[in-house]
Amino acid sequence: MSLIRYQSPELTTWPTFGRLSNLRDELDTLFELPFWSNFGRQTQLFSGWTPALDLYQNNDNLIAVVELPGMRKEDIEISLHDGMLTISGERKMETQEGDKAERSERYVGKFRRSITLPTRVDANKVSATYKDGILTVTLPKAEEAKPKQIQVNVS
Amino acid sequence: MNTTVRENRNVERTQREQFIAPVSSVIEDADRYTLQVEMPGVNKEGLEIAVENNELTILGRRSLPTVDGTLIHRESRLENFRRTFELDPSIDTGKISAKIEQGVVTLTLPKAEQVKPRKIKVD
Repeated sequence: MSLIRYQSPELTTWPTFGRLSNLRDELDTLFELPFWSNFGRQTQLFSGWTPALDLYQNNDNLIAVVELPGMRKEDIEISLHDGMLTISGERKMETQEGDKAERSERYVGKFRRSITLPTRVDANKVSATYKDGILTVTLPKAEEAKPKQIQVNVS
Repeated sequence: MNTTVRENRNVERTQREQFIAPVSSVIEDADRYTLQVEMPGVNKEGLEIAVENNELTILGRRSLPTVDGTLIHRESRLENFRRTFELDPSIDTGKISAKIEQGVVTLTLPKAEQVKPRKIKVD
């Protein structure tokens, strides 16, 4: 028996087709609704966990920002191989004896997320921080990958 | 064709904030329910939890790390998190407690004394 009922709060936000001129906007909005993200999340149950990863770059670094809520620092592994950054780890079950899971959407177990980096990086200088469930990996670019200003003397 | 209408439309759209429903899990044992909600990027300051009409609403506003650089690949979503749960009448709403750790909110919802299982001693 489900004692706490699941509610997906945004599903009822159905567009009101008040004015026809709005139709296109409303349809656009419909596709931005959280339902789609939710749907994507639910398919994780079958395909494992692929944490969302954002990649930034500036002149000196590539910066990967990964959503990894509820991990222990020790359980996150970052590796670099052949220009591919891999973030892997394991989220452990926290339930105790006597608990019965009512409903669990949270992913438990091993995960692995890889991304091919657009430039070469210096593997020895990679650093990472983990805060509020967000992992930030800073990968300094290799010298040859940094943009260089070449001075041309015009005589 | 009609600029006024277009302007109004944009205003409507920016006013309606959209949220993502966060992933969660509920565990029940004899004394309490434990609710875990994943909100990466949310810390204590960005968290709002409200109980009203036997409904628990969790709202998490993200404070994402500011990255010095240009975005070249995005998978994360920008919206904040919000989700509502209906509470079982057996929950003592006055004793709900919450903590947030590494982007996961853990709520402890104790059951009221009268519904907890207990043994009755026979004299």
